[in-house]
Amino acid sequence: MMQRIKPFLLTNGPMLISIAIFILVYFAGSRVYPNMQKTQVFFNLFINQASLMIISIGMTLVLITGGIDLSVAGMIALTSAASASLLAKGASPALVIPLMLVMGVAFGTTIGSLIQFLKVQPFIVSLMGLFFARGMAYIITLEGLPIENPTYRLLALTKVYIPFLGKTYVYIPSLIGPILLLVVIYLSFFTRFGRTVYAIGNNEQSARLMGLPVGRTKIIVYAFSGFCSALAGIVWSISLLSGYGGYAPGMELDAISSVVIGGTLLTGGVGNVIGTLFGVLINGTIVSILQFNGTLSSWWTRIGVGVLTLIFIGIQSLFYMRKKHS
Amino acid sequence: MKNNTALLKRIRENRLFWPLIALALILVTDAIFVPGFFKIGILDGHLYGNMIDVLNNSAPLMLVAIGMTLVIATGGVDLSVGAVIAISAAMGAVLINPALGNKLISNEILTKDATNTPLVLIVLADLAAGTLCGLWNGFLVSRGKIQPMVATLILMVAGRGIAQLITNGQIMTIYYTPYFFFGNGFIFGLPVSIYIVALVFLFAWILVRKTSIGLFIETVGINAKSAYYSGISEKNIKLFVYTFCGFCAAIAGLILSSYVHSADGNNNGLNYEMDAILAVVIGGTLMSGGRFSLLSSVVGALIIWTFTITMYTFGVPANALLAGRAVLVLVVILLYSDYTQNFLNKFTDRKKVRHDATN
Repeated sequence: MMQRIKPFLLTNGPMLISIAIFILVYFAGSRVYPNMQKTQVFFNLFINQASLMIISIGMTLVLITGGIDLSVAGMIALTSAASASLLAKGASPALVIPLMLVMGVAFGTTIGSLIQFLKVQPFIVSLMGLFFARGMAYIITLEGLPIENPTYRLLALTKVYIPFLGKTYVYIPSLIGPILLLVVIYLSFFTRFGRTVYAIGNNEQSARLMGLPVGRTKIIVYAFSGFCSALAGIVWSISLLSGYGGYAPGMELDAISSVVIGGTLLTGGVGNVIGTLFGVLINGTIVSILQFNGTLSSWWTRIGVGVLTLIFIGIQSLFYMRKKHS
Repeated sequence: MKNNTALLKRIRENRLFWPLIALALILVTDAIFVPGFFKIGILDGHLYGNMIDVLNNSAPLMLVAIGMTLVIATGGVDLSVGAVIAISAAMGAVLINPALGNKLISNEILTKDATNTPLVLIVLADLAAGTLCGLWNGFLVSRGKIQPMVATLILMVAGRGIAQLITNGQIMTIYYTPYFFFGNGFIFGLPVSIYIVALVFLFAWILVRKTSIGLFIETVGINAKSAYYSGISEKNIKLFVYTFCGFCAAIAGLILSSYVHSADGNNNGLNYEMDAILAVVIGGTLMSGGRFSLLSSVVGALIIWTFTITMYTFGVPANALLAGRAVLVLVVILLYSDYTQNFLNKFTDRKKVRHDATN
């Protein structure tokens, strides 16, 4: 029994710790602010962090291959601005939403292809993507554009009640993150594609020598990240009912730090999306504790996230050293 | 003939070749499309004009790029420079604030042209704050063995929070005139900031080219393990470059806050980490580390700002400028990619072969 538990703990340790820290932080918060014990407050995390959750899921796969995608927040801004301006011109949401998703996939594919074929560092290419997406969003509209489409309004305001929990509700867009999470869990643990992603992250050279489709998988991963960020942009524009090039400033870093807090290594090959879910939830819990407090200022969020990231990296390197020795 | 092609190849392989060509292209575009871009006049005893603006505006970026070049040469990256700029600016503003500790803060006291601390102390405190941030990054990377990108990400996320903590979340306007000398002053008709850049550049250049530290940095960047076995203290070299980068960012913060007359934790030095990395990459230093050139990075910073000011004179809105910058990066990526380099090499080589055949 012990022999089985030890490797399990060593491989999943960082993720288990992030789950433990989430429970701890939430528990501590609800001791101090009894209002946090309400189930609605817990589900508000899913409502408020819907976009962050979606881009973090896409980012996890990119980071597992050993790459990085800085363009996600820019893509949110571009999607919100583009869809707001299309809807204002009278286009139907049935056309706009698929169009935005196609745009996201095309954008991600371009970034992936540049990385794969021109052999440029992902950092630089996706930085270009960030500049491009934000710049295009500002070219579309320099000011915020309101969305008055009835379908978007309906999607934004319809409450979905959680079964067995009385009046606890989430909105329709906040369901997309958890559904996507299930899809990615299936993709990463039960398909050939998922195994290839991990193999590339561990050692790209040996993955190639094993005959795995390295180039194709890498491009698909970036395309998927582009798809996720377009999806997050749609969720963002539905929940705020407007579009603007300045939306989601610096969110790519929130996403990266959430993924790191969730136990994924930036060197690639280690990590999983379940940890990312808890990374995002920890991020959201800190924000809501600060909101409940009211007197603590917003900058403590950043300092808190920074300190948590530091703690996590410390824990990870401990686990890494243990693994190396055993 | 043979010597000729060899010379061409040598020029083309020089690190400064592509950055200078790019700069020349942008300047030629300006000369054609923007009348009076190069016009330099004299106002109040100092020079003014678009080129002077370029120099003055690009000074902080040049400073950060100098520090970043050394960090990238060791194979690392420093994402926290923007946050360090904000911290250094906040430090200066708080120390100047004449109402420090005064319970009865009236607008009159706040907007007084006075300071709470001597200017020398302010400058020293600014530099110390930045250097300390750099030291922290250096410790995490060299002693903690954390990947540079993650290690500096911590300060990048937390740093702006710390800057806001220092100024208590407020945008502090500075009213102390001597402080403005760094960003707006002129010596012999040229902006003071240029002299500061020249000093730092000279210091860094002597350090890396006249002592063996430059070679050590390159060795660590090419192969850290072999550097260790050759008896080079890889840890101390890394600690040094991150500290130096923090120091450069602190000077940049000083100049920037003095230029805009305020300290704002959210917006001082926004995106400077990205621009600095871009400047270094445009300068031809590889992000994987190894050989580097300080001068090329400075030219890279100059390219970014010449491009920006050109776009402003064309009337492009500041925010939409990002798309233009994306095109600039794309051109750089395409130019430095293996494909293009191989193609160019083949092109010159084939010529050489043909000459050999005819001879």
